[in-house]
Amino acid sequence: MGGYEFDWSVLWREPYGGWMLQAIFTTIHLSLLGWAIACVFGLIVGTMRVFPSRVARVIGTAYVEIIRNIPYLVQLFMWYFMVPLLLPKNAQMWVNANVPNIPYWTAVICLGVYTASRVAEHLRAGMHSIPSDQYRAAASTGLSTFQAYRYVIIPYGIRIVIPPLTTEFLTCFKNSALAMTIGVMETTGMAYLIDSYTWHGLETTSGAMLVYIFTTTTIVLFMGWVETKISIPGMLGRVR
Amino acid sequence: MDWAVIPKNIYFLLGGLGLTFELAAISIAGGLLVGIIMGLGRVSSRRWIYYPATLYVNFFRSLPLILVIFWFYFLMPFILGRPLGDFLSAVIAFIIFESSYFAEIVRAGIGSIRKEQVFAGYSTGLNYYKTMRHIVIPQALRNMVPSLVTQCVIIFQDTSLAYVIGLKEFLRRTALVDATQFRSIELYSFAAIVYLVFCFAGSMASRRLEKRRGQGRR
Repeated sequence: MGGYEFDWSVLWREPYGGWMLQAIFTTIHLSLLGWAIACVFGLIVGTMRVFPSRVARVIGTAYVEIIRNIPYLVQLFMWYFMVPLLLPKNAQMWVNANVPNIPYWTAVICLGVYTASRVAEHLRAGMHSIPSDQYRAAASTGLSTFQAYRYVIIPYGIRIVIPPLTTEFLTCFKNSALAMTIGVMETTGMAYLIDSYTWHGLETTSGAMLVYIFTTTTIVLFMGWVETKISIPGMLGRVR
Repeated sequence: MDWAVIPKNIYFLLGGLGLTFELAAISIAGGLLVGIIMGLGRVSSRRWIYYPATLYVNFFRSLPLILVIFWFYFLMPFILGRPLGDFLSAVIAFIIFESSYFAEIVRAGIGSIRKEQVFAGYSTGLNYYKTMRHIVIPQALRNMVPSLVTQCVIIFQDTSLAYVIGLKEFLRRTALVDATQFRSIELYSFAAIVYLVFCFAGSMASRRLEKRRGQGRR
């Protein structure tokens, strides 16, 4: 174990400390933007998968199966290296001229599209897990379809999908680290970059680990608190 | 479009696919072994076993795999005093990281066995070890199989991350060929299709096992 001099100051010394803070900030907005896309797409695809129309179901299923069975890194490279070539020449030129920070936006889109397939599956499972008695009970108390959804089905469904969606957000948050492979300087990428300046990769990656652990733990604790706050009396709350 | 780039480099690419399979197989075997030990630790009633196992599992599950790969890449030379090869470094990172996911599957599998089964074991005169060995684990294993297969598919996909420390597995080789041939569309489509074929087969197998398990119970 000898021969290695620790220098933890690479985590806060100028200019590395400032870089690291910026990188943490990038990780946060990258994963939040990806998550926003994932929620919108996931809701659409999840609904398509339970739609009466066969065509919609097939499209929804194909989307989920294809996205889930290709590694995320391969998808990221496809978005970054392949998709621009598929665009018409004019569009390519327009993108190159007008979109600042192309790697970043590529990462956002890829993260969103990828996470959407997983969100869709959880939403679908959530929709299936509401017993049909609930619909009938709502109807029998005289609620209209809209009211039944507004007061019974959606409040019920949200509580079912919150725990899996929390896990999914954390996966999205962790997957944002892969954006470094196309040159986005988020936390992991910055830890690697600072290593190339200082040769203190062990310290920088350990520091990055603390960032991820602190963030995920905070989110888990907060969502646990939310779950107990909004749990319906009489229903089984957190089943652990 | 010029698809000739793929047959021209097929041996180079397939060599990478071989390495991908090798990496996946070793990670699955090692990860499962460590995962079973950690999973049993997670259901232990002894605190000095339960807490370290829980800490281990939660620690690695809250980190991105890519960061864990880097971390071991930097950590191993520090521990050993000399650099460890790309392959071994990646293997160690994969085994440790994936074992935390296997541990959760094992824990859920054991949790799916009802307490009565354990009581029944004790009441027929079996001790703790024999109850585990002959009653709980065989049933738990059967419940776990679909999740284990899914996890194997995920590990197969995860091996592509060894790309970042320069290991010449399938994705790295695809990128290397692209760097000289400039055939991104053909090469990345090919890589995607290859991964899709193997992973889809794995997902289908997992689903069939899940269905069969459901029928066996009735």
